[in-house]
Amino acid sequence: MGSQHLDFTANVTEALADRQLRANFKSALTGLMKKRVAVLPDAAERERMRDDAEAAKRKALAKLPELLERLERKCTENGIIVHWAETTAEANEIILGIMRSHDATKLVKGKSMVSEEMHLNHFLETHGMEALETDLGEFIIQLNHEPPSHIIVPAVHKNRQQVGRIFADNLEGIPYTDVVEELNAIARKTLREKFRTGHVGLSGVNFAVAETGTLVLVENEGNGRMCTTVPPVHVAVMGLEKVVESLSDLPPLLRLLTASATGQLVTTYVNCITSPRKDGERDGPKEIHLVILDNGRSRMLADAQLRRTLQCIRCGTCLNHCPVYIRIGGHAYGSVYPGPIGKILTPQIDGLADKGVLATASSLCNACEEVCPVRIPIPGIIRRMRTEAYDEKGDGVVKGHGAKKNLLETLVWKGWELTYRIPALNRFVVSMLGRFGDKLPNVGPLKAWTSVRTAPRFAPKSLHQLAKEEGIRHE
Amino acid sequence: MSSTARDRIFARLHAARTTVSPYVPQGGTWQAPMLDKAQRIELLKKRMETVRSEVHVLPEAEWPAKLAELLKAREATTLTYGHDAWFGGTLRSKIKGKGMPKLVPYGENVEAFRDELFGIDVGITSTLGGIAENGTLIVWPTPQEPRLLSLVPTVHVALLKADTIYSTLAEAMREMRWAENMPTNALLISGPSKTADIEMTLAFGVHGPKELIVLVLE
Ligand code: SF4
Repeated sequence: MGSQHLDFTANVTEALADRQLRANFKSALTGLMKKRVAVLPDAAERERMRDDAEAAKRKALAKLPELLERLERKCTENGIIVHWAETTAEANEIILGIMRSHDATKLVKGKSMVSEEMHLNHFLETHGMEALETDLGEFIIQLNHEPPSHIIVPAVHKNRQQVGRIFADNLEGIPYTDVVEELNAIARKTLREKFRTGHVGLSGVNFAVAETGTLVLVENEGNGRMCTTVPPVHVAVMGLEKVVESLSDLPPLLRLLTASATGQLVTTYVNCITSPRKDGERDGPKEIHLVILDNGRSRMLADAQLRRTLQCIRCGTCLNHCPVYIRIGGHAYGSVYPGPIGKILTPQIDGLADKGVLATASSLCNACEEVCPVRIPIPGIIRRMRTEAYDEKGDGVVKGHGAKKNLLETLVWKGWELTYRIPALNRFVVSMLGRFGDKLPNVGPLKAWTSVRTAPRFAPKSLHQLAKEEGIRHE
Repeated sequence: MSSTARDRIFARLHAARTTVSPYVPQGGTWQAPMLDKAQRIELLKKRMETVRSEVHVLPEAEWPAKLAELLKAREATTLTYGHDAWFGGTLRSKIKGKGMPKLVPYGENVEAFRDELFGIDVGITSTLGGIAENGTLIVWPTPQEPRLLSLVPTVHVALLKADTIYSTLAEAMREMRWAENMPTNALLISGPSKTADIEMTLAFGVHGPKELIVLVLE
C-alpha cells in the first residue's frame, strides 16, 4: 500500500455489492456498540473518565520531547535498547538488523498496528525471514494473505465458515470445521508450537510510561505475553505518540481503551515490561529493543489542530460507530488505518494527493467525536483535510496540500463568488436558471452527482422576485 | 558527523513547541469508589466470575484440601510451581499420593525447561494482591516464581490473601508504590486467556490458560 494508487470509488462500489461482507460487519459492530454502552452505563462517570483520558494524552503531547527523552533515559537505565526511526523503511531495517545479529529467522508477532503501518511482514519475508502473526484474528488473515479490516478485530469481515475454509486450505492435516471452539483449538495447537520455537518476539506498545521506562501492553489472548516472554529477544515498536508521563495516568486510559475497544471492563492481561531478564530470573527475554517511529507524527505535532490526531489510543470505536465504515468495511479504504481515524491519519502520513479522497467518505455526522474516548475532534480535522486538499494559496501544512485544486472547480467557485457580489449578475443568473436550469446538460460532475440523487427542480421565480411581488420590503 | 534520525526527530519536536500554545490539563476528576474489605472480596469475586474465572473464598488453612479437590476433579497429572514460593513447603507436604499430580518445580532457566513446561497441566502462583473494581490479580513474577508459570500451563491457580485486595488500580499503584519499584514484569491478570476474534464468539484458552482458579485466603 503506502503511496500505491487507491481507487476508492471502485473499492466502495465493490464492498457495497458484497452482501455477506455487509452482514458480517453489521452484526459484529452492532454487538460491539451495545457492549460498550453496557460497560459504561453512567454517562456522567464516563465523561469524567474522558476528561482524565483526554488530559493525560494532551498533557503528554504538550511536553512530548521531554517525555520521550525521559522515556529513553529510563529505558536505557533499565537495560532496554532504544532505537529511533524517521521512516518506516528505517524501522524495518533496524528490526532486520536485530534479527540478523542474533542469526534469527523466525519472528513471532503480537498484534501491532505500527508494524502494519511499516508493512514489516512483507519486508522481512523478502529478506528470507518468517514473520508469523499470533493474534488469532491476525493469524487468520495472514493465512489468507489479507490485510486487517479493523484495528481491533482484524478478521471481523470473515464468518466462521470462511475461517474454517482458510484453516483447512492452509494448515497441514486440518479438516474443515465451522465450530468456533474447534477453530480456536486448532490455532492454539499450531501457535503454541511457534512460540516455543520462535527466535524473536515482536510486540506493539499501548502506553510507554516515561516516569519508569515501562512498556504497557493490553490483550486478552495471551499471545502478547508469549511473544514478550518466551523468545530470547523482544522487539517492541511504537509510534512516538504512545508515551504518557506517569503510571497514575494509566487507570482512566486503560479503563476507556478496553471499554471502547471490546466493551469489556478490563482485558485479561495488562503486561507491564520494564526490563530484560535480570540475574537470577529464570525466564523473559535477555534483550529488549524499543523502536520508536516518527513517520510524519512530529509534523502533526506542529499544528494545534492536527496534533490532536496523535491523542489516538487505537481503540477502534470510531470505526464501530461510523455509518460509512459499517457499510463498506475496512478493506475499501485501501489503507492500514480505516474508518474515521484513518480518514484523518492516513492523508497526513501518506499525503493528500494519494489519500486525500478518504476524507470525502464522511457525512460529518459527528458520531466518531461523540464516542472517542480521548475526544479527538475528528470531523473538524476531516474538514481540514478537505480544505487543505483544495488549498488555494498554498499555505497548507499537510503533505500534498492543494493536490485536488483544478481549473474547472476554481472557475466554478469564482463564478459563484461573483454572482453573489454583483447584484446585476445575480439577477441575470437567477433568472436564467429559472428558465433553463432544468435543461443543464447531464455531464461531468453533474452526472456523477445525479447518479445517486434526484436533481432538484429550479423554481421559475426566485425568492427575491416572489418577495417583491408579495410586497415584502427589505433593505 | 551527519545528523541522526534521533536528532532530526527531536529538532522537529522541539520546533513544534514554539508553534502551539501551551496546554493546561483539566482532568483528575474520575475515581472509582472505595470499598470496605467485605465489599472488596465480594466485588472481586463477582467481576472475576463474569469472565469465567473460578473463585473460592476460604480460610487460609483450607487451601491445600481445596486444591487437592480441584486437581482431582481435573485429573491433572503434572503441576508446576516455584519451589521457594511461600506456599512451596505446604504444597509438597499436602499434594502427594494417589490421584495427585506430579509436582515439577520451575527450577531451571526457561531454555532448559521450556519443552517440559509446554506440556504441563497446572501452574500455581502466589499474587501480590487483587483489585476489586475490575476483578484483577496483581502478579509480579520473581526469580522464585517465573513469568511463564501463570501463562503456559492449561490451568492457572492463584493464591490471593484477602487482606491484599485493593478497591481500585489507582489505589494499588499508590499503596504498593509502583512508581518507585517497577519489577522486570508486572502483570495484571483478570481471567483465563480468551478471544472473540471469530464472529465475536467468546472462547477461552486460545493461547494461555483455559482456566483461572483463584483461592482467596481469609
Ligand atoms: S480516534 Fe478515538 S475512537 Fe478512533 S480509534 Fe482513536 S481513540 Fe479510538
